Amino acid sequence: MTPTYFDPPRLTADRPLLTAWGLRKTYGRVTAVSGVDLEVYPGETLGIVGESGSGKSTVLRMLNLEEPADTGDYRLDLTDYAGENLLGLDRYRRRELRVTQIGIVYQQPHMGLRMRVSSGGNVAERLIMAGERSFATLRTAARESLAESEFPLDRLDDPPRLLSGGMQQRVQLAKAIAMRPALLLLDEPTTGLDVSIQALVLDTLLRLRRERRIATVVVSHDLGVIRTLADRVLVMRGGQVVEHGLADQVLDDPQHPYTQQLVHAKL
Amino acid sequence: MRPCLHIHMPILNVQDLSKTFTIHAINREVPAFTNVSFHLQPGELLVARGANGVGKSSLLRCLYRTYLPSAGHALYQAQRGTVDLARAAEVDIALLRHSEIGYVSQFLRPRPRVSAIELVMEPLLLAGVPADDARMRAGDWLSRLGLKAAIWPAYPSTFSGGEQQKINLARALIAPRRLLLLDEPNAALDPGARAALRERLSVLKSEGVAMIGVFHHIEDVRDLVDSELKIANSQ
Repeated sequence: MTPTYFDPPRLTADRPLLTAWGLRKTYGRVTAVSGVDLEVYPGETLGIVGESGSGKSTVLRMLNLEEPADTGDYRLDLTDYAGENLLGLDRYRRRELRVTQIGIVYQQPHMGLRMRVSSGGNVAERLIMAGERSFATLRTAARESLAESEFPLDRLDDPPRLLSGGMQQRVQLAKAIAMRPALLLLDEPTTGLDVSIQALVLDTLLRLRRERRIATVVVSHDLGVIRTLADRVLVMRGGQVVEHGLADQVLDDPQHPYTQQLVHAKL
Repeated sequence: MRPCLHIHMPILNVQDLSKTFTIHAINREVPAFTNVSFHLQPGELLVARGANGVGKSSLLRCLYRTYLPSAGHALYQAQRGTVDLARAAEVDIALLRHSEIGYVSQFLRPRPRVSAIELVMEPLLLAGVPADDARMRAGDWLSRLGLKAAIWPAYPSTFSGGEQQKINLARALIAPRRLLLLDEPNAALDPGARAALRERLSVLKSEGVAMIGVFHHIEDVRDLVDSELKIANSQ
């Protein structure tokens, strides 16, 4: 009874910033991701939910170009990369794209940060990689970015290993947005944080989304995080998308048996 | 035959809209409402009536696409063209929710560390209104609904149900909309706030905002109602 297809966009004047088709990744005989399509518009947040092993984090790593895809087509609507399948970029341009246009926050801070380098230094590193050399500019830009992530600036010189989990995520976020990227990728950004700290980090993310029009993809198994952050949601299982829809629709009126199970399993 | 002289095109034309929930775990189909049809003009207030559980709220949620309609059409005249709310692209629905279609419920979802006034300002900030202006308009709304200024900077998670509802109403009605879906907006309000809400709905109506409502206290808005939609149990 339920319509199985939707009309193409008619009112939205924007073009998607991110378009990916047929993303596929196998490890030996194990298929991690099997034919995933997605689009993200400027200023929009797309959530990807699913259990461990559903392939959601692999999709995020492919979008970050840190995990090569077996097949697929991945494009960002940016002047220097128009019409190019980013999966085919050479090493040099891949690095340039990742430094200037893609920011990522990992669940595990050590994956995104040098734990023994000062927090300011971690953020400045991103700018150095993009070619900035003036010490004064680096320090100012790092401070600005940390302030935007609501990191307490009196702790600028502390290395992440001395910071709480919530503070470490703010340093990752500052590093991710330092170059004003077009795309922000969040991999379980608040998993493992205390509930009250989680709320503060989510609030910062919402403010940033409102103030800058970054396209965001957030992966989480926490449906509360998805409801708070995402405009639209993909539900993944066994490497495939089993359902997609507006975030409140997927959570309040799930269609697929697996999504119903996932939503009703929530405490 | 008389020429058809419609001054306005209907803003919403609903044809045979139906909603059935499929619950896979128990292998059951639960109908909410079946074959609902109506037109709505700009400035018209239509009230959905019927016993509890006949799907009045589900109808509003289907039009907002929180629920996915099972069959039928809901042709909406957006400023940039006509779309069928029952099957429009998700990005188009998201756009309409930010700019044209509002959903007003009695429940607030407070967010930790977001103050009452910030919650009310948010839709205006999203629409690009400068912060100072948004703060002033949010304060104006909250005082009209009778929320004491002393608690505007506080976090609403600990507020009473009535106070939370005032914040929710202000948040839902502050940004200009062309179509409002009112899901028992006055259910738990004190008389002062109910009067303020009635006053506001009257102004919106005269400005041409189309509204579909389910009301707990229908007497508050009786003289604003243009038409009724009777929903009967579809089972």
